[in-house]
Amino acid sequence: MADTHSVIGTKNKKGQTYTDTWKMMNEAPRTPSFFTGSEVIKEAVRRASCDVMIAYPITPQSEAAALIGELFAEGYIGDYFRGESEFAVMSQCAGAAFGGARVFTTTAGPGTMRAMENFPMWAGARLPIQMIVTCRGINSPLSIQPDTLEIAYLLNTGMLVWHAETAQDFFDWILKGYMVSEEPDVHLPLALCCDGFFVTHTKDVVNLTPADMCLPPYDPYRSPVPCMDMECPPVRMMRDPFVMKSNYISYATHASWQQEIWAAIERSRKHSIKWLNGLIDAENADADILIVASGTAVSQGREAIRLLEDEGIRCGLVKVKTLRPWPEEEIREATKNAKHIFVPEFNVTGWLAKEIKATIPNHQRVHAGPHVCGGMTMPPEIIVQEIKTALGMKAFSLAGRGS
Amino acid sequence: MSKEKIKISEDLYDIMPSDYQDLVRSATYGKEDRGWKDIGNSKELIEQHSLCAGCPESMAFRYILASLPNPEDTVMVGSTGCTSLVFPMVAVHNIHSLFGNQNAIASGLKRALSVRFPNRTKDVVVLAGDGATVDIGLDMTLQAWFRQEKFTTICFDNELYANTGGQESGLMQKGFVAKMAPVGKLFDKVRLPEIARESGCHYVVQCTVSKPSVIEKVIRNAVLVAREIGPTYLQLYTPCILEIGKNSMEGLQEMRDSEKPTERFAYKEYMSEPAKQLLAEMAAKDKERKAAAKQLAGQA
Repeated sequence: MADTHSVIGTKNKKGQTYTDTWKMMNEAPRTPSFFTGSEVIKEAVRRASCDVMIAYPITPQSEAAALIGELFAEGYIGDYFRGESEFAVMSQCAGAAFGGARVFTTTAGPGTMRAMENFPMWAGARLPIQMIVTCRGINSPLSIQPDTLEIAYLLNTGMLVWHAETAQDFFDWILKGYMVSEEPDVHLPLALCCDGFFVTHTKDVVNLTPADMCLPPYDPYRSPVPCMDMECPPVRMMRDPFVMKSNYISYATHASWQQEIWAAIERSRKHSIKWLNGLIDAENADADILIVASGTAVSQGREAIRLLEDEGIRCGLVKVKTLRPWPEEEIREATKNAKHIFVPEFNVTGWLAKEIKATIPNHQRVHAGPHVCGGMTMPPEIIVQEIKTALGMKAFSLAGRGS
Repeated sequence: MSKEKIKISEDLYDIMPSDYQDLVRSATYGKEDRGWKDIGNSKELIEQHSLCAGCPESMAFRYILASLPNPEDTVMVGSTGCTSLVFPMVAVHNIHSLFGNQNAIASGLKRALSVRFPNRTKDVVVLAGDGATVDIGLDMTLQAWFRQEKFTTICFDNELYANTGGQESGLMQKGFVAKMAPVGKLFDKVRLPEIARESGCHYVVQCTVSKPSVIEKVIRNAVLVAREIGPTYLQLYTPCILEIGKNSMEGLQEMRDSEKPTERFAYKEYMSEPAKQLLAEMAAKDKERKAAAKQLAGQA
């Protein structure tokens, strides 16, 4: 059963010291390193005390998944293998998590969609698996380009969903993510998303924690449901399986369990606020014009704000870090003075704008756009154009569409 | 797990369900030569279940649970179907997650248990119906075998989708008229035992569950070979009496009729060379142990 002896300060077989995560993330010295996003994922996992990682190739996460294989070969991970499809991989991750392992995997686009049946199951079974989603197009004709539409499908699975802007976010959030999702009052899977290529394949300076420090290991006996390892009594779970019963008790059981999953997401709020320093970041939120965005659209928004400043137009920025839990109060507060709210997104449907509209009063203030999709980039100029057009100001047209 | 771990605090003893008290008192966790003969004079690891009266699957469940060599350190993986109605009543840890992904779950589970308990034996046993094993889950069934995952796959072959009401499955006989096979099934019963052999299984048996002694032997062999060498596969005929138009008392006869040497469920067994060697060694040790015990009894 649970080992009450603390391992903090002791070494693992690779000589890394199990370190209090708060100290490791907030007090330990950082080393600036120039890495691709994929390499940053590897460096985070090196420090994450993972038991099992399961991989499958799909662009743009293949490199990260393969680099973690190198970590396994070096002895940093308990076990690692290539599954046969994303559906199988996510089930293999579930099996490993049911067995009490700290589990890590990565996927993207069509792979996320193929595996989708697993995600509500992960949440329902309270498995704190961490899945990196390096978003890419899911449309036909075949696309491998960045596009964040897949995130929309993850929002109602019962998973925690975070959207990283930069490789630095990624490094920190992979490690912090385990701290949030493994809390006994949360104990849910985390989909840690980023925009494929823009984050995975570009190099950036990332401040890394010391490589000889790692997270404390996962303790499966802090789980709110029994770990399936026959180390605790195998109780009979129920008098009759609820799946076959059409009666009030059956409905009530399923209903209360679903509510419990969503309550657990709510309970993750306080932990996420602590570790991420808030669910959103707001700059100049008192401005009349606000850009609210997540992922790399935040970076593009920041550039657009610089361009607008040159023209004397003041615009604030809200970076949404967690999509589940949804920062409802924070967004309402940050947007209360805004007259115009622009939501640039890398997808065709504008799911973030819809979430925001459903959150704030006077939602006609929300301009859902600009949208780019199918792998198009989002030059800051088109955000500027969108804003100026909406405000009735003269704007240059970027793309020659005859306008 | 040892039997110590399921013990009840004295203060709480009287409020525990009687089936749990029985489990602590007289279940056969840890008994080295446990088997089907314990049924009737010990607490079985299966409580009341909600299968149909006379369902051969319930017999199979009882024999299998009585025969697992190491139930105190065994985790089972199920799938959706009639078996998932039974697992909540089974006193070994078991996982139901989705339909058809059982061998993927078991792959991850076995690896996690090996990482977490490197110096202990933790057996993993998959038990699922033929739809889960051969149709929707075939990919994951085979891939686990290709990868040489060290666990046992048991398929309850009732030759159709029983729980959803009797639809055609890949293991159904050619020509059988069923839901979704309105003019009779148009292709042959999938030859999964042969496919299992070619896919890397080290011990493969196809049989019915008419004889508990046979089930005891094949379960023991399959679990021990999987533990030491690699994947094993058992395909057990558990006819759905409801869907083939039999009544509660006719399941056993149906199995006896179908296991005759010329019939489709004639006993079929395959062993790899390493498995043969392992089982021979174990049989020799067993014989030695029994001889020693006999001698000891003689001296006494």
